[in-house]
Order: sequence, then structure tokens, then C-alpha cells
Amino acid sequence: MPDLDYRQKAWSAGLIVLFFVAWEWFCVMTGMSDLVLPRPSQVFVTLFEKFPILWPHILQTLATTMIGFVLGVGLGVVLGAIIGVSKTAYDTAYPLLVGFSSIPKVAVVPIFVLWFGSGTVPAVLTALSICFFPIVVNIATGLATTEPELEDVLKALGASKLDILWNVGLPRTMPFFFASLKVAISYAFVGAVLSETVASNRGIGNVMMTASSNFNVPLVFAGLFVLAGLGVALYVIFSLIEGRITGWATRKNDMIAT
Amino acid sequence: MMRMQPHSEFRGAPVPASALPIAIELSEASVTFGRGARAVPALSTTTLRIVDGEFVALVGPSGCGKSTILRLVSGLVQPTSGVVIVGGREVAARAMRVGMAFQNPTMLPWMSIERNIMLPLKIVEPFRSQFRKLRKTEFRDKANALLEQVGLKGFGNRYPWQLSGGMLQRANLCRALIHEPRMLLLDEPFGALDQFTREELWSILQDLWIAHRPTVLLVTHDLREAAFLGSRICVMSARPGRILDDSRVDFPRPRTVAMTFEPEFVALNQKLRAFIVDARGAATKGAA
Repeated sequence: MPDLDYRQKAWSAGLIVLFFVAWEWFCVMTGMSDLVLPRPSQVFVTLFEKFPILWPHILQTLATTMIGFVLGVGLGVVLGAIIGVSKTAYDTAYPLLVGFSSIPKVAVVPIFVLWFGSGTVPAVLTALSICFFPIVVNIATGLATTEPELEDVLKALGASKLDILWNVGLPRTMPFFFASLKVAISYAFVGAVLSETVASNRGIGNVMMTASSNFNVPLVFAGLFVLAGLGVALYVIFSLIEGRITGWATRKNDMIAT
Repeated sequence: MMRMQPHSEFRGAPVPASALPIAIELSEASVTFGRGARAVPALSTTTLRIVDGEFVALVGPSGCGKSTILRLVSGLVQPTSGVVIVGGREVAARAMRVGMAFQNPTMLPWMSIERNIMLPLKIVEPFRSQFRKLRKTEFRDKANALLEQVGLKGFGNRYPWQLSGGMLQRANLCRALIHEPRMLLLDEPFGALDQFTREELWSILQDLWIAHRPTVLLVTHDLREAAFLGSRICVMSARPGRILDDSRVDFPRPRTVAMTFEPEFVALNQKLRAFIVDARGAATKGAA
């Protein structure tokens, strides 16, 4: 098993390297202008040189993402729990939720700006509004799939709804919850950058916007690289947490290994 | 720690039923699901008395309301008419704290077997309020003592996915008994197991019953199972169910699988079978 795992990782790393090499080669061969598509080596140099300037913006983007994410998770858990416990609430509220989640969030940013001015608040709110939906759906699904027999066993013992929720419903929901956290953190990040791009004077989104209006294309790409790196890092962190906490849900595959 | 009762009456003369307190009493109880035009009668007027410590097997065609009786006794369903009295009290909206086990063992995958078995102790008083205090080790010992009785010694720390179907069903029986219920309600607990595992579990259940003496109500499709385990067998008609026949089974205990091939046992089986074939025939009008 670990053998295969390492090989898999080596292939993944190889593919990433190959991608950058091909890109570099393509730019050199076609004599592509910096203003259209800078070479990755140039981008990395820019990233390295401009890092002290980029750093506060990175922190800003991370902060708005995390605040929006935490609030979104809080809201999502509460809504998901309400909807998941009651079938009626599920059926009643679902159309509204789907409707809300179908709105492209770019369209909402101007409204947030109108209400709260440009800057941090709309970025946080955009992150929140884009990331709470997967949490709601997953919490509600996890709660709704509790086995009826087990519920009967516990009810026959005199268990209250809260007892069942606490001992069975919530733990069962954990794999769903952590799977949705992975998705939600990426969404929150996208939402925050989106809002920064449209209406803010801080954050990576804003840096990219300013750089592109100055035709500083390597810096635009450096911003992109930062975004990709942060996105991957956040995803990996939540995957690791997920594996730690809900290992039981995926362990079925390597059975009786003890 | 377990509720041990003298069980000298096994091999000797049967104690007259009237001498023991009544554990479960259904008086003219009926259950109808739904209302008006869409009402489905699940159980027609049924009267049934079960004495404390009795082992009653309920058999009958599919969908005849056997499970409905279990749900009535456990307080999960209220009678549409009539009265259900369990342990001297009318079954009201409150649950009766009985032990229940279904065909699906429903062990929680994120807990070890031991912790799964201890789950009822987190819910039922007086254990519930003691759970967070010093008695946790005591409860763990209790769970492991039960596991040993069903032949799962040393499996307490395993997880459900590491156990076979038969082992999970044994653990399921332990979970149903951990809070020392006076009543054990079993809904086809061995239905999904193979023949040999099932016969093995009959003996285990019999041993558990002899050791703890709860009142048992067992719903089953398997007539051999009913005759092997039951002190009494009630045969039910097709839906809406009612009790067609109610007879005592006097084979001495502990019964063995070998006994199930003896002539009297086979004769009892055939008698039960005839009842059910009749009941099915009455329902399907000659389709059988």
C-alpha cells in the first residue's frame, strides 16, 4: 500500500513539473510577449521579489476567507441541523435554499458594497454566502440518514430527540460535515478573492486587479500562483483534519488489517 | 450485578401461570395506521397475556402485525383502541425502557463494540447519571461480562466492521440486555443469518434467557426457531392480524439443536405450519 502511495505522489509531482516545463518551453519557442503570457520562471522571480509587498495582502485574503468560512460554517451547521431533524422543515426550506445558492455570487457583491462600503466586510459576506450551502446540505443529509431501527431501539429506551441527535445523529454526520468543510473552504476563498477583485483596496484579488491595469502581467500571474498555493494548502489542511476525525467512515476498504 | 432469578422451575413441574405477575397485557388492543379512506388496519382486536419471565414466540404470515405488537409493547406505537399494560402500567406516550433487537444489528461504526453495547446506559436511568462518574469501568466490565456470555470474549475493542454478521447479532443481543431490562423484544433477530449461525445463536439466546430471565417476545418467520426458543407460541392470522392459536411448548430446557429432529418437535412444527398455511390461504383465496 505505501509503495503504491509513493508512486502515485511521484506521478502527481511529475505532472506538475511537466506542466511548468511545457509552459516555459512554449513561451520560449513562440517568443511570447511578457504582456500576454509570462514564462513561469519569470513569474516565480516576480513572486520572490515582490513577496514583501504581497505578504500583507495574503494575510488580508486569508483573514477575510477564514472569517467568512467560520461564520458560514456556523450558519450552515445551525440551518442544516434544523432542516435535517425535521422532514417537514427539509421539504419546506429546500427550494428557497436551492434558489439562494443558484444566484451567482458575483451578482451579490455590488449589493454588499452598497450596504457596507467596499473593503473587508463585503469580502467576508461573499465568502460566507458562497460557502454555507454545501455545509447545510451535508449536515441535513447526514442527520436524515440515521437508521430507523436504531432510532426505535433508543426511543424504546426512553431516549429524547436530543439524546438521539447527540449520540447518533451528530457523530454520523461528521464524515459528511468534514467532506463539506473541504469544499466550503475552497468556496470561501473563491468568494473572498472575488469580492476583493471587484471592490477592495486590499487583498490578493485587488493586487491582481491593480497589476493588470498597470500591465504588470508577471505580477498578475504571481497573484494567481499565490491563490493556487493557498487554495491547495487550505484544502490539504481540512483533508488531514477530516482523515483524523472520521477515519472510521473510510476504513471499511482495508478491512481486518489489525 | 445482573438480575438473577431462581430458575428452578425449568425441569420440574411448570409453575401455574396465574401465580406469576403479568408482564404484558393487551386487552382488546387494535392498531390502524392512517385515517379515513386511507386507513390501514395493522392489528385487529387482540387480547394477549404474557407472564413475567415467559418466552413467547410470535409467528405468522408476512405483514400480519407481529411487529406491530412489538411496537405496541415498547411504546413506539399507541393502540387505536383497547389497552396495553406493560409491567403493571398502561403504555402511555412514554417509552417502556425495554431491550430491543432487530434483524439489522445497527452497530454504530465509529464506536468499538464495547462502547456500542454501553450505549443504552447513556440513556436509561439510573445508569445515565452515573455514566460520567466513577462507574464507567464498572459498566465496561458489565459489557465485557455479557460479551463473554455470547462467546465474544476479547472482541470488545474491535470495531463493527471487523465482525461477521453472526458476531454483530450477538453484540446486538448484548446491547439489548445491558441495562437489565425486564423485557426483551426481538424482531426477527436472526433472519439474515445462515442456518448454522442461526442455530448457534438460538442456544446463546436460550442461555441468556436462562441467566437473566427477562420476559421475551420474539417475532420470527422460522417455525423451528419458535419451537426451539419459545415457552409459548402464538400463531397470528394474515393482516389485519389476530391470534389464531396460543399453545405452550413443554420441551425441557436447555433445549439442543438435536432435539429439533425428534418426532414430537417435528409434529409441533407441522402443526404450526398447517396454521400458517391456512392463514395465508384465507388471505390469498387459494393462491397458495
